[in-house]
Amino acid sequence: MTTAEEHKAKGSGKDLVVYLCVLALAAIQFVIAYQNIDGSQMFVRMLIVAVIEAGLALLFFMHLAENRGLLWFVVIFTVFVLLAMQYGWTDSFRLSVGVAGAK
Amino acid sequence: MSQADLTMGGRPAGLTAGPAFSVPAKKMAMWLFIIADTATFAACLVAYGFIRNATPNWPRPFHSITNVAIMTFILVTSSLTMLIGVRAARAGDKAGALRWTFITAAAGILFALLHVREWLALIAEGMTLFKNPWGTGLFGSAFFSITGLHLTHVTGGVIALIVVGIRYKGSRYNADDLEILGLYWHFVDMVWMFVVPLVYLLNLAH
Repeated sequence: MTTAEEHKAKGSGKDLVVYLCVLALAAIQFVIAYQNIDGSQMFVRMLIVAVIEAGLALLFFMHLAENRGLLWFVVIFTVFVLLAMQYGWTDSFRLSVGVAGAK
Repeated sequence: MSQADLTMGGRPAGLTAGPAFSVPAKKMAMWLFIIADTATFAACLVAYGFIRNATPNWPRPFHSITNVAIMTFILVTSSLTMLIGVRAARAGDKAGALRWTFITAAAGILFALLHVREWLALIAEGMTLFKNPWGTGLFGSAFFSITGLHLTHVTGGVIALIVVGIRYKGSRYNADDLEILGLYWHFVDMVWMFVVPLVYLLNLAH
């Protein structure tokens, strides 16, 4: 087996393992959907699993694990944007339950 | 400081530095697009969460997870086939790369068809952009907007896979171009990982 073929075979093996992990995590999300738990707890659990799935896809499918500089650039930029979008949540609670202390 | 230190080949020295993060320009452009698109999808999903949280009678119309489970399996598997295609291209196996790229496109088409079938079933039950038989009319607009945006990305990806595949076959594109397209395809897959729990699984009828 040539070096290029060896490299390809080794890489394909890693890809398959990551693929199976992502599939398993997706299956866990479906299992969580049928658990008899509170809606907010279900949301948090599903979101955690989704973030892990996305992390695996980013690191191994999109090869960010091989470029630390780009990894930090993407993560810091994206996380900042995502966090900036969270400011409106309290207002959505205000719409559903009203302003705290108001009659 | 000599003139040679200030200029290299007639250009200022700063412009001759290597590409950012040692990533080729085309690949960097795709990463910037992915980051911008992440913000777009995140805005849609956060807005959806806001509406869902603030609306008391939010509909839960999904009785079965079979269709969405099959769609998820197809999309995640298409990411694997894309990876195999890119690895084949990197190893110089042109026929293999082309075969796996077209298998990925076929998986994308299958995903889109299942998606359209699901939409048609919901429309047949009386769901439109502005009303549905189960509760607030906002559900239809949120559902069709988010899944429609994702479906548009899948459709665009399938077209790109076919075009790049054909041009790769004609040697106009190379393995780098396939890899860059692969980045986009994995991104589409990644977005689906968030759409499924938020839009489908949290709206299962128990």
